[in-house]
Amino acid sequence: MELIRMRHVHKVYKNGVTAIHDLDLAIEKGEFVFIIGATGCGKSSLIKMLYREERPTSGQILVGGIDVAKIKNRKIYKVRRKLGVVFQDFKLLPKLTVYENVAFALEIFGLPKDEVYNKVVKVLELVGLKNKAKQYPTHLSGGEQQRVAIARAIVNGPKILICDEPTGNLDEVTSMEIMSVLEAINKLGTTVIMVTHDTDIVNKLKKRVIVLDSGRILKEYAEGEYVHEAN
Amino acid sequence: MFMKLIRILFRNIRDAFKSIIRNFSLSLASISCITITLLVVAISMTLSVNVNNMMKNIEDDVTIVAWLDKDITLERAIEIEDEIRALPNIQEGKEAVILDDKESIRQEWMKASDTYKDIMKNWDLREDNPLKDAYQVKVVDIEKLDETSDQIAAIDGVFLVQDMEEMVDRLIGVFDVITKITYVIVIALILVTAFLISNTIKITIFSRKREIDIMRLVGASNSNIRIPFVFEGLFLGILGSVIPILVTVYGYTALYGQLDHGRLFGSFITLVKPNSFVYIASLILLLIGVVVGMFGSWRAVRKHLKI
Repeated sequence: MELIRMRHVHKVYKNGVTAIHDLDLAIEKGEFVFIIGATGCGKSSLIKMLYREERPTSGQILVGGIDVAKIKNRKIYKVRRKLGVVFQDFKLLPKLTVYENVAFALEIFGLPKDEVYNKVVKVLELVGLKNKAKQYPTHLSGGEQQRVAIARAIVNGPKILICDEPTGNLDEVTSMEIMSVLEAINKLGTTVIMVTHDTDIVNKLKKRVIVLDSGRILKEYAEGEYVHEAN
Repeated sequence: MFMKLIRILFRNIRDAFKSIIRNFSLSLASISCITITLLVVAISMTLSVNVNNMMKNIEDDVTIVAWLDKDITLERAIEIEDEIRALPNIQEGKEAVILDDKESIRQEWMKASDTYKDIMKNWDLREDNPLKDAYQVKVVDIEKLDETSDQIAAIDGVFLVQDMEEMVDRLIGVFDVITKITYVIVIALILVTAFLISNTIKITIFSRKREIDIMRLVGASNSNIRIPFVFEGLFLGILGSVIPILVTVYGYTALYGQLDHGRLFGSFITLVKPNSFVYIASLILLLIGVVVGMFGSWRAVRKHLKI
């Protein structure tokens, strides 16, 4: 089942820069996809369009059946509820505890307290932070903060998890810890799309890889095919 | 569904309180802004209500005194009442046109002192009484006092008309100036503080842009985001109106007591009684605070929403 379908997508920014050029892409349910490429190749623009932070200039983008390109600004939340997003800079609220940061994403929808508690504890367990629930993000390491962000992104049970350079601020060992958390989430059925420039990670995980260049798909590798050639 | 709404409502109220405490310094800035505005409003309200009240009192009290000819018969004197009542600008009602006939004036003076009693005791007959009958007349519109005086003076049998025109003119002039000055100052101050409040709340919310962005990210709709901030504005408004309300209730009551039941210039000009006034004023202040707080927040969040 296709979860994401892009057809003839163009993205031209107001300053005239073309970020994405006639791109077609399909991502199946349960896939783990890396999007790689040099800085400025359009990988950020691509995923920003998936969670409707940016609107494509033309073309069609279907995310879980919703045409993201056509959706109105005030209806964006309908897309956002179908997917979780994780960023390089974590985007946690420093004045809320770990538990509150994750619960935040559920409380907005008016879930009962015990249901919120059960779900939050479950995801914190999944990312291995159950014992740090009462701490504040500033007291955590970078890897731990990213795991909180991941927990928040998946607590709603989204079908798709979008990761924009989630390991960009982390050292090698911590990066691999994050990757194993993402793999575990993927194994539970969530489609994971990750933008990165860390080819070591891509090499180790042996997943589907899409290489972007100047807003076009330069090459695509099926699971296990990609081997980074060191320069 | 209903339970869900209740839960969301309570969560919003709880979050509003939490964020007021968490962003204490900025909350305090917003609260102070509202407090200052409302103090200004309270003072202006007190001033204008009292000035209006005084003007009304004066207008009610202004009477024209029409002295009748010395030798007029009592019958003619009574007839004149109808002629006065027939004039325009004369108040309706029994109290508006009163005849003080010389006999009753004599009686009153004799009661007042023994000296007068000695002098006046022999003026039993109307012909012997050297005093004059007089009418006290109340007018509707003080501005036309002069005109009405002339009309009364023209009635046959009226000897002299006295009105308090000059004094009334001066007082009304003073009050008019006071009212205009307060209006100008108050409007200017309210505009300035309204601008301040809106800016303060904008800064408060700008500092929480991150929070709003994350809310949007995890799938909050615009109203999901806006409602907690509007609640926060509501509480800021309530907190901001506490001091002005206390000042109004206790300050005005104290002032009223200090002035011996509000007597500003003798018993002629008095302050409005505090009882119902302070409660209505408090309610108005609370209402303004709440509306300003909620509207300020609502507007300030709007900037950060994609609409």
